[in-house]
Amino acid sequence: MTSALWTHLVKDLRIEWRSLDAIISMLFFSGLVVVLFSIAFDPRGAFSQQIAGGVLCVATMFASVSALNQAWAREIRHQVLDAQRMAPAPGAELFLAKVLANFLFVSIVQVILAPFFFIFYNLHILGQAWLLALVLPLGTWALVANGIFFAALSIRSRNRELLLSLILFPIFIPALLAMVQATTAILTGENDPTLWIKMLLGYDIIFTTASWLLFDVVFHAE
Amino acid sequence: MKKLAIGLYAALTVALMVWGFYQAIYVAPDEQTMHEVQRIFYYHVPSAMVAFLFFAISLAGSIGYLACRRNRAEWAQISDAWALAGAEVGVVFCTVVLITGPIWGRRAWGIWWTWDARLTTTLVLWLIYVSYLLLRRFAAGPQVQTLAAVLGIFGALDVPIVYMSNRWWRTQHPAPVFGGGEDSGIKDPAMLHAFAWNVIAWLAWGILILTLRYRVERQHQKFAAQEAQDALEA
Repeated sequence: MTSALWTHLVKDLRIEWRSLDAIISMLFFSGLVVVLFSIAFDPRGAFSQQIAGGVLCVATMFASVSALNQAWAREIRHQVLDAQRMAPAPGAELFLAKVLANFLFVSIVQVILAPFFFIFYNLHILGQAWLLALVLPLGTWALVANGIFFAALSIRSRNRELLLSLILFPIFIPALLAMVQATTAILTGENDPTLWIKMLLGYDIIFTTASWLLFDVVFHAE
Repeated sequence: MKKLAIGLYAALTVALMVWGFYQAIYVAPDEQTMHEVQRIFYYHVPSAMVAFLFFAISLAGSIGYLACRRNRAEWAQISDAWALAGAEVGVVFCTVVLITGPIWGRRAWGIWWTWDARLTTTLVLWLIYVSYLLLRRFAAGPQVQTLAAVLGIFGALDVPIVYMSNRWWRTQHPAPVFGGGEDSGIKDPAMLHAFAWNVIAWLAWGILILTLRYRVERQHQKFAAQEAQDALEA
């Protein structure tokens, strides 16, 4: 780990620690989504086992968009973004620091949300529970890595907040499918989630590499 | 001279399309199980082929733009115009595919839509390229070309993954017409004949629209460059 990455990471963590903006807004928003879904679908018995995985993933996805937008928007004030563009440090390290910081935020939200989720949906895991500790981070990484990249891409456009969702969601579809399928397979214990976990891993590797390589192009676009 | 060539080509295209229509509706034999509704296949499959071809052109344009943007400005602009034209016309053809498919599916399968590998992939492809066009609309200034090129590459990267993931998920679409299994493909030569004419006609039509769109975009780029130059000198 190089010093530039470390500096960016510590700075982002410190800002978040002092304000807790991203975590609180994400937590409340994803909690709302869970409540709204349970009112809309009235989950009981086996049905709740079936849809719970999907609800958790979609709730995380919607909630994280607000944090992803903030990740770059807070750099616009005082021309910090321009300063970072002129700095000699490679942009890829800035990108990775942002991804790591936001990955941590979203993971914290998931950990806090999980107990409420299990209570509201009366869940009991019939598959191998420890696999969830693999599926959720992999899915979250896919979401955050792509999200940070596309947030950087849409930061200088008109209605950027909307544009991020419009670009991110279509690209994220295969990862969402894999995440939902794997989570549902673990919750219901009916089929084997291995294939979907492998797919998530492949998606993560491909898209993280592509973002890493193309980040400088997007960041320095003029 | 150029205008005359395009006019002649347009006339040829219209003739081809009339001939293709005649072949598909009057000459091609009736299908045994699906009857008349099967004829939609002569429009559905050629449109899909043209859409995929144009998305490939768009990807090539995106890569070309990123490769040339630093040292060969003129080539970069040409690549970008192809990328935009390919994406836009591709979306139109993809829309035709997504409309004709369900009409056929309603009769043949009894359902409008199913979340099968090829249907989902086509839909996701459509969504990705619509988001590409939205980015081009919302992002302003000269950086839009670079951003769009990057998104074009990301979108293309996503397509094989979507396809594989949906194959593992579920599949109902008929086996591919070409390169499918033993039972797939068109057996009747008259049908194949009509199909080939329609592929040629729709490809010719697609290329006509693509070329016109490309020329409009090039004009647009030249006006923008001229305006920038004037602003600089004023």
